[in-house]
Amino acid sequence: MSWFRKPSSTPLWRDEFSIHTAEERYVNRRQFTKFLTLTSFGMLVGNAWIFAKAAFRHAPVYPRMAIAAADEIAIGGVKIFAYPTADDPCILVRTSDDSYVAYSQKCTHLSCAVYYEKKQRRLECPCHQGFFSIADGSVLQGPPQRALPRVALERKDGQLIAIRMEGDGA
Amino acid sequence: MNTDPPPNRGRTAIDGAMALIAILLIVQIWLLSATLESYLAGHREAALPGVIISAVIFAACLGLYRFVDRIDSDVRRG
Repeated sequence: MSWFRKPSSTPLWRDEFSIHTAEERYVNRRQFTKFLTLTSFGMLVGNAWIFAKAAFRHAPVYPRMAIAAADEIAIGGVKIFAYPTADDPCILVRTSDDSYVAYSQKCTHLSCAVYYEKKQRRLECPCHQGFFSIADGSVLQGPPQRALPRVALERKDGQLIAIRMEGDGA
Repeated sequence: MNTDPPPNRGRTAIDGAMALIAILLIVQIWLLSATLESYLAGHREAALPGVIISAVIFAACLGLYRFVDRIDSDVRRG
């Protein structure tokens, strides 16, 4: 290795920037193609991760939990409760005299809390104006792509009992 | 030192391959998001087709990358 530049007729700038513009474009395109291919590999890893999670996922066990007395809520009224853990807020709605539905209160878009809009008879996420059907939790409008997970209810001795979550893949 | 600019041979092929990779990546991004949404909605059966198609797309991208690499080497050698 030489510490000093040997005398040469080539100007210094040509020695230091010795790659032609056209040649440099080829190098950049090859590097860019490599970057795109690595991105593709990253997405394959993501898909493989989802597959592994799906393949090795154990069926969750849901507790039976009394969440409210049947006559505790007025028609069109709601009650907020937590199910299956204290960190999973849910909303119970009495839609008619003898009809109750309960859903996870976390919006499937970005987990904001949904609330019941009585006039329109739908669940609304105020963050990004996502609307869900009160009948089955399906998306009516807005950015959410998935229906709200539903809490399966059982009525026993005047009590509403949550027995499991439906449509909850997380 | 060779001061002649390299020939432009193969540039069209490289551009075509890059465009194809870009299209494949868009499809793969859509596939990943759709598989994730499906999994989170509780439809775990979509995960296997998702990973298979994603692997096929990655293999195609890898093939195109090797094609670009080879063309580029050929052009450099002249």
